[in-house]
Amino acid sequence: MATIDEPRTRRPFRWHIAVFLAPAVLVYTAVMILPLFGTLELSLFRSANGTRTFVGLENFRTLFLDPRWSATFWNALWNNTWFFIIHMLVQNPIGIALAALLSSPRLRFSAFYRTAIFIPTILSFVIVGFAWKLILSPLWGVAPNILDLVGLKSLFAPWLGKEEYALTTLSLISVWQFVGIPMMLIYAALLSIPDEVIEAAECDGITGTAQFWKIQLPLILPSIGIISILTFVANFNAFDLIYSAQGALAGPNFSTDILGTFLYRTFFGFQLQIGDPYMGSAIASMMFFIILAGVCLYLFAVQTRLRRYQY
Amino acid sequence: MNRAGVSLPHSIAAHAALIAYTGIALFPVVVVIINSFKSRAAIFRSPLSPPTAATFDLVGYRTVLEQGDFLLYFQNSLVVTVASLFFILLFGSMAAFALAEYRFRGNTLMGLYLALGIMIPIRLGTVAILQLMVASGLVNTLTALVLVYTAQGLPLCVFILAEFMKQVSDDLKNAGRIDGLSEYRIFFRLVLPLVRPAMATVAVFSMIPIWNDLWFPLILAPSEATKTITLGSQLFIGQYVTNWNAVLAALSLAILPVLILYLIFSRQLIRGITSGAVK
Amino acid sequence: MNGRIGFALLVASSMPGAIGIAAAQDKTLTIESWRNDDLAIWQEKLIPAFEKANPGIKVTFAPSAPTEYNAALNAKLDAGAAGDLITCRPFDASLELFNKGHLADLSSLPGMENFSDVAKSAWQTDDGKATFCVPMASVIHGFIYNADAFQQLGITVPATEEEFFAALEKIKADGTYIPMAMGTKDLWEAATMGYQNIGPNYWKGEEGRLALLKGEQKLTDPQWVEPFATLAKWKDYLGEGFEAQAYPDSQNLFTLGRAAIYPAGSWEISVFNTQAQFKMGAFPPPVKAAGDTCYISDHTDIAIGLNAKSANADAAKTFLTWVASPEFATIYANALPGFFSLSSTPVTMEDPLAQEFVSWRGKCQPTIRSTYQILSRGTPNLENETWVASANVINGTETPEAAAKRLQDGLDSWYKPAK
Repeated sequence: MATIDEPRTRRPFRWHIAVFLAPAVLVYTAVMILPLFGTLELSLFRSANGTRTFVGLENFRTLFLDPRWSATFWNALWNNTWFFIIHMLVQNPIGIALAALLSSPRLRFSAFYRTAIFIPTILSFVIVGFAWKLILSPLWGVAPNILDLVGLKSLFAPWLGKEEYALTTLSLISVWQFVGIPMMLIYAALLSIPDEVIEAAECDGITGTAQFWKIQLPLILPSIGIISILTFVANFNAFDLIYSAQGALAGPNFSTDILGTFLYRTFFGFQLQIGDPYMGSAIASMMFFIILAGVCLYLFAVQTRLRRYQY
Repeated sequence: MNRAGVSLPHSIAAHAALIAYTGIALFPVVVVIINSFKSRAAIFRSPLSPPTAATFDLVGYRTVLEQGDFLLYFQNSLVVTVASLFFILLFGSMAAFALAEYRFRGNTLMGLYLALGIMIPIRLGTVAILQLMVASGLVNTLTALVLVYTAQGLPLCVFILAEFMKQVSDDLKNAGRIDGLSEYRIFFRLVLPLVRPAMATVAVFSMIPIWNDLWFPLILAPSEATKTITLGSQLFIGQYVTNWNAVLAALSLAILPVLILYLIFSRQLIRGITSGAVK
Repeated sequence: MNGRIGFALLVASSMPGAIGIAAAQDKTLTIESWRNDDLAIWQEKLIPAFEKANPGIKVTFAPSAPTEYNAALNAKLDAGAAGDLITCRPFDASLELFNKGHLADLSSLPGMENFSDVAKSAWQTDDGKATFCVPMASVIHGFIYNADAFQQLGITVPATEEEFFAALEKIKADGTYIPMAMGTKDLWEAATMGYQNIGPNYWKGEEGRLALLKGEQKLTDPQWVEPFATLAKWKDYLGEGFEAQAYPDSQNLFTLGRAAIYPAGSWEISVFNTQAQFKMGAFPPPVKAAGDTCYISDHTDIAIGLNAKSANADAAKTFLTWVASPEFATIYANALPGFFSLSSTPVTMEDPLAQEFVSWRGKCQPTIRSTYQILSRGTPNLENETWVASANVINGTETPEAAAKRLQDGLDSWYKPAK
């Protein structure tokens, strides 16, 4: 700060900014950033006869140019993109719609609905995996019987075991589990809209659905921006659901393999496959760059253009 | 309030939609809970039927209570979750305020730096984190877990709270400054109460991965005295046989504390809005 | 504010840690294991037996979930926080730990002489000079059947492949039972209980396995493709929706009495004994023609080694010597029927089903799973690929020939057999 001469009056160093930032920055840097970047650094190394040698970008060359590695990588990236698309198309609209319904004034039992819909989000993946495998299983009869009740038994298929359906099924399970998150964020945003704004709209005769589209939606756009980028980040880091439902090999035939499972297998190893932290870090670095690109796009292109209303 | 009354058909439609979705949300949960009261054979013979006199079986709950010290595991989980949440919210909201309120050189970069953490799974730093904890003698303490979860939760907290803090009225803060309030007072007295709904939201989002995490308890604090409930329940997942009665019982019980925390936070959410202190 | 409470909780939370450190200065040995299933056996039988004979040494069995074991163990070893005794996976996973200096050399451990070279081979360097884990048990593949169902349908135990498929056909025609309880969702089930179970009869056990290692046979040779072709025929006899049937589903399907035959590993015995309400029997993988030599997979599966950085190495060695003793072998094999001792001293087992399995050692040629030694060292990993291929073949999404070719191509990409 002091090195550059500012023509205007120089402000004294604002200690309070440092005080506000210091605890978070310290804990975060020591426990998270240093270990993580220590690991990412490994992507530039390889192990040869037990010693670590610097190989520059060789691991990335392998990842993109070796047909086996690159096929797995692109498969995982595409699956991950599909996973994300489903969340954007299903989870977020449902989340917004539920929040809009819940925030409508004088709705009775709203607290009950809000809690009930949020419960799946607090479940551990072990339970989610068990419950859905049990329900969708062709053997124990939950889904087939329910479909039978509505006369649609012919629609039933062993979805989790079919290459063409497994990923979509898992994406929808994930949507089921996490719809509470966009719902809560949007709900909080809708509640923060001051009553005066709504009342003014009502005086102008804008009510009901029109009110949502014309008044509330523009006001919650920043929050929709946040849920979109959070969904993006969460989806490209996703791992647990696929891992607990389909295992580390993300079957059938790698059709549910996403970047997180690919990374886990490579980095930590699996069964007879020995973990390879070097290639694993290369994959992690790629995931990092993909997510960073998305976040930068959001921070610099989307977020700065969103108009914020101060209340 | 002079809002126009909501029409009856409109209200019925809203309830119908919400009830339908609530059904979808709760159905699998109900399946888990009814099955946690049944014997293994009954779970798989007819997973949908509620426990009857013949199939009612508390074997899962009995196993859970007999094997290991589940009360202690619960307590550990609760201590870790609450302590981590406290530090995430305190440190995170302070940092978010600094980013949202002040223009200083490197503001955006600092924002990006603090967001980096949500882009890489923290699992990858395991070995270095474990080495750090070994060096500082924190292995098998809950402190180690609190540190990791605090660090892990900060990026999301800063990211969300900064956005909400940007929406707090400048006039209000400037009025405070004219009244001679220090920046710290402006933050704690004026801004924090206004972003309480967002804080509650962040608290809810942050607590779930902490409560359900298996990996760091396994690595950093696997001892009997420091086991968390999630790690404790893993005991029943074997190589070839999983004791589903016990797993379902343990994890059904484990829903309760998070549910209570959720209810506490969501009350904050509503209260933050309706009290509308300075709105 | 709840701040003060939070801080108080944090302070309180660091207390148990202090106790933990004090306790660590005792002579306590900690065993790292993936066998959650065995916790009760260790706590109630094995550890008391050892502690009684060796006062002054305390042992804690600390298992973690099997799927997390390798990753968690490696992280702990790298950071120097792992337990004294390490349960060893066979072959490369443990060899890697030894090469990194995490496992101590146990070649001269008293008690090691109780094991044959074959038993030790899964935990030795490639040149056989150093042994780094004490072998505990092997598992045998075969088929477990519902004896009541067989009797009811008038089926005799099949010895040849033809009889085997005839039996399946008969069960299917009758319709009371699902002929065979196996699913492909978890992949490994198809590979381990399918391919590695019936395969040795085709590739002639060790003969084929070693020829594959030497590069004299290829996975595209008929003896390696045929097991896939046979697996593809299983499809018609599996339960509806077997593509989404997971391993626990198969177990439940069989123990609830809904399926007649279960392609098994011997480890199922102890599970099935407690869960099944009907009489069970077992038969080895059927041979092609009556009178052919039979081959079985008798796979070295589990061993235990010493953390090279253990502070209690002497006590740990005392423990390992005890693990190598006939006393341990007897307790372990009887507590866990289906995990067969690798000790040269014969062990008497009580369980009839376990006796049946182990009796095949007398009449069939044993081998280990073909993908385990050396061949799964590179990328792509042959074992993992075999899982995927076996499931694909049964699902009908890949032909046996295509699957075999893919496996061989993958292997060729990194494996150069020594000439």
